[in-house]
Amino acid sequence: MLVWSRPGRIVLWMLFALIFGVLFLAPLAVILLSSLADQWNGVLPRGLTTAHYADVARGAAWNSVKASLITGFAASALALVSGTWAALSLRLQGPALKRLLGLLFFIPSAVPSVSVGLGLLVAFSHPPLLLNGTIAIVMISHFVLISAFTFGNVSAGLARLSPDFEQVASSLGARPAYRLWHVTLPLLAPYLVAAFGLSFALSMGELGATVMVYPPGWVTLPVSIFSLTDRGDIFAGAALTMILVAATLILLLGLERVTKRATGA
Amino acid sequence: MSEALAIGAPTVRKREPGRLWIVPPAALLALLFFYPLALIARQAFLDDSGVANVAEIIRVLNSRFFLNALVNTVTISVAATAGCLIVGLVLALILAFVPFPGSGFIARLIDTFIALPTFLVTLAFTFLYGSAGMLNSGLMEAFSLPLPPVDFLYSTWGVVLAEVTVYTPFILRPLLAAFSLVDRGQIETASVLGARPFRIVRQVILPAAVPAMIAGGSLCLLLTVNEFGIVLFIGAKGVITLPLLIYGKAIQESAYQVACIIAVVNIALSLGLFGLYRFAAGRLGA
Repeated sequence: MLVWSRPGRIVLWMLFALIFGVLFLAPLAVILLSSLADQWNGVLPRGLTTAHYADVARGAAWNSVKASLITGFAASALALVSGTWAALSLRLQGPALKRLLGLLFFIPSAVPSVSVGLGLLVAFSHPPLLLNGTIAIVMISHFVLISAFTFGNVSAGLARLSPDFEQVASSLGARPAYRLWHVTLPLLAPYLVAAFGLSFALSMGELGATVMVYPPGWVTLPVSIFSLTDRGDIFAGAALTMILVAATLILLLGLERVTKRATGA
Repeated sequence: MSEALAIGAPTVRKREPGRLWIVPPAALLALLFFYPLALIARQAFLDDSGVANVAEIIRVLNSRFFLNALVNTVTISVAATAGCLIVGLVLALILAFVPFPGSGFIARLIDTFIALPTFLVTLAFTFLYGSAGMLNSGLMEAFSLPLPPVDFLYSTWGVVLAEVTVYTPFILRPLLAAFSLVDRGQIETASVLGARPFRIVRQVILPAAVPAMIAGGSLCLLLTVNEFGIVLFIGAKGVITLPLLIYGKAIQESAYQVACIIAVVNIALSLGLFGLYRFAAGRLGA
């Protein structure tokens, strides 16, 4: 305990409550409130209604949820396979190459998402690789942006893995493929699930690259929210944002429960 | 092929085939990321006939819209990072050293902001601080003002405040990790010996926090330079940053070459900050 006097502690806690309330709690509460607000002309809305949810459900909401979930799943699954593959095979390289390649796999996380989208448009708008206007280019843009996070998470997990298990498995005569499937990957499982969850969440909220490349008919949730608020329909935008937040949180909590059950923690 | 996975096998001969396993993920990344990046650079420097177009590059780099966006980007990024560092340090100090019931839960709640879309905060700020928002209606009702008195949202400061909310968790996380390693006994001893809390923070706690703040701060600089959703959602005419300018030139004006030239500058800036972050994080790990 750094501050022993009770008044001193209370002052600090009030400072904390003020910062936390203004910066973090108020935005979340207000989004929730506005998604349910009836008429809102004064400080507080005049009444509560679920009409905005009904509106977006009648509109394009379902298609957007579907587009976001499918894109998120496809991009995260591909990123998980490629990131795990990269992290595992990086262990076989010499130290110099390992450093260089490790850096290269991280670089996509440093490049602005809009530029990733621009690059894909420039590269894949002509035959033989004509992807512009397809759903695939949206998934590729998400994959590129989240690949570094998946790679980073799996690498961190590998670094924490005790080498003993793998060595014991080898000395007992386990073939490398058997050892990978039955020893290394199960030990990595919590990190793989966490990596998948984080990349899914990032993909669900991705906007910069998506607005550059999305074709008509594949409007993800963030793009849909932006076009609603841009038209001035901010209450419907708030309702759709709550749907996005709920979908993301349910997904993350579900994955956390799966991990806990699997590891028996 | 399974032989190829012999991790840490003793002889070099056995390791050789294993090294090729890196090729598929590396090739995928090269095709989908580095090749498009190279094409951006090519389109920026060469015109359609393959001749270097220095005149166009100079025209764009000297243009009002580019310089304006560059200044905006750097100002917002530096101000937001400074804000994140101050807010993050205050919150982390209280959470770690003056904990209250439920502080662990609050720390986790702030952490989930990392997983939420960044534009959520901007949208919320519209309801809170917008011209018809809660704060303005409240003040107008209370003091019977004719016009909304609070008008910072559609300016640089609106973007900065939104980015402070969104990126403070990136400072808080490494700071809390660093503070969990600070020896509590040392603090108790210092305070029993009569050191004031301020002196303990300065002499015992801050030295432990500096590496985490440098690493977290350089990550914040990078993320705020690249931020797109917050600026797009605020939609203020006067607040255009580099990513927003690239989007505008490419999608709204179909000026791909101009977009590519700006993108090269933006990517160079981001990669420089990424290098700074890696350097800082590397020293943190050492």
